[in-house]
Amino acid sequence: MAILLRRTVSARPRGRTSFHSGQACVVIEQKEQREVSVGILGTKVGMTQVFSEDGAAIPVTVIEAGPCSITQIKTKETDGYEAVQIGYGAVKSKALNKPKLGHLAKSETDPVRHLCEYRTQSVGDYELGQALLADVFTEGQLVDVAGQTIGRGFAGYQKRHNFSRGPMSHGSKNHRQPGSTGAGTTPGRIYPGKRMAGQMGAKRVSIRKLEVVKVDAERNLLLIKGGVPGKAGTLLSITPATIVGQQ
Amino acid sequence: MKGQELLRSIEAEYLKSDLPDIYVGDTVRVGVIIQEGGKERTQPYEGTVIAMRNGGINETITVRRIFQGVGVERVFLLHSPRVEYIKVLRRGKARRAKLFYLRDRVGKATRLKQRFDRSI
Repeated sequence: MAILLRRTVSARPRGRTSFHSGQACVVIEQKEQREVSVGILGTKVGMTQVFSEDGAAIPVTVIEAGPCSITQIKTKETDGYEAVQIGYGAVKSKALNKPKLGHLAKSETDPVRHLCEYRTQSVGDYELGQALLADVFTEGQLVDVAGQTIGRGFAGYQKRHNFSRGPMSHGSKNHRQPGSTGAGTTPGRIYPGKRMAGQMGAKRVSIRKLEVVKVDAERNLLLIKGGVPGKAGTLLSITPATIVGQQ
Repeated sequence: MKGQELLRSIEAEYLKSDLPDIYVGDTVRVGVIIQEGGKERTQPYEGTVIAMRNGGINETITVRRIFQGVGVERVFLLHSPRVEYIKVLRRGKARRAKLFYLRDRVGKATRLKQRFDRSI
């Protein structure tokens, strides 16, 4: 209890002092904590394995990360928040429309397919047109990787939520059914959040705290331990790991 | 460079070039590096190759031997630094790619005919 109290006291000075807006202040603080530092966009190449110095085989995902360029810097004065927008994926200029080309012309960057924004505490270190390459990461660093998972379509209970199935024979007609989904007349409805069949995959997922095994600055490759969402060719966002309790 | 070529080029750094030709049915001696209390030593393991799996950097062989009356099978990752050396001691004659039938056999029946047309 004492520890809890002390925490709340120490957290208060960061928010506004007004008692009415006290609750709102806490929310704002949490939002600030969730901000990620500037990351980089990349393409999943595939998986393989490499050997560590002591001979252990490490499963790695190869990601072609960057080259990205900074296309816009948002500041508190102009946009109300601080963020860095980066572009990735070179395309021909005829692939983009005039508004997009005009936007990129401001930062004098080549036409890019993808634009992505990362909120930061301060944008002081960044300048327009600056290139972000795979070497912004170092070996041994922990990163979060976000991307779209492989779509599995409309999937049933067993595939989507690992429900167990009924007997397939001996007269059973309960093969891949969900079983009971709730009580009867009271409450007379199914509670929200009940796990049911539906679209599986093809949604954005981030995998946290993956280790960077190797950085190939020459070819802009990142070797990251473990798997990441999506198939080869998926667009990925790689950011330094957000570790709860730090920052 | 295309994706698969990129992956192959990354694997190429770790591939061994001095691996001998190994066939299913061969008797081999594999030197495995073992770490014991901060010290490294090589432990030989001898037996018959009953299965091989090709997979670039993930190439493995399964080596079977009878140790103290008990059948032991070990799978070796050929390109792993922990596999120090592989020596082919004897070429065996096998008519199939996987010799899993040897698991059901005891004693003399587990022998394989030697073949002399492949050099060691």
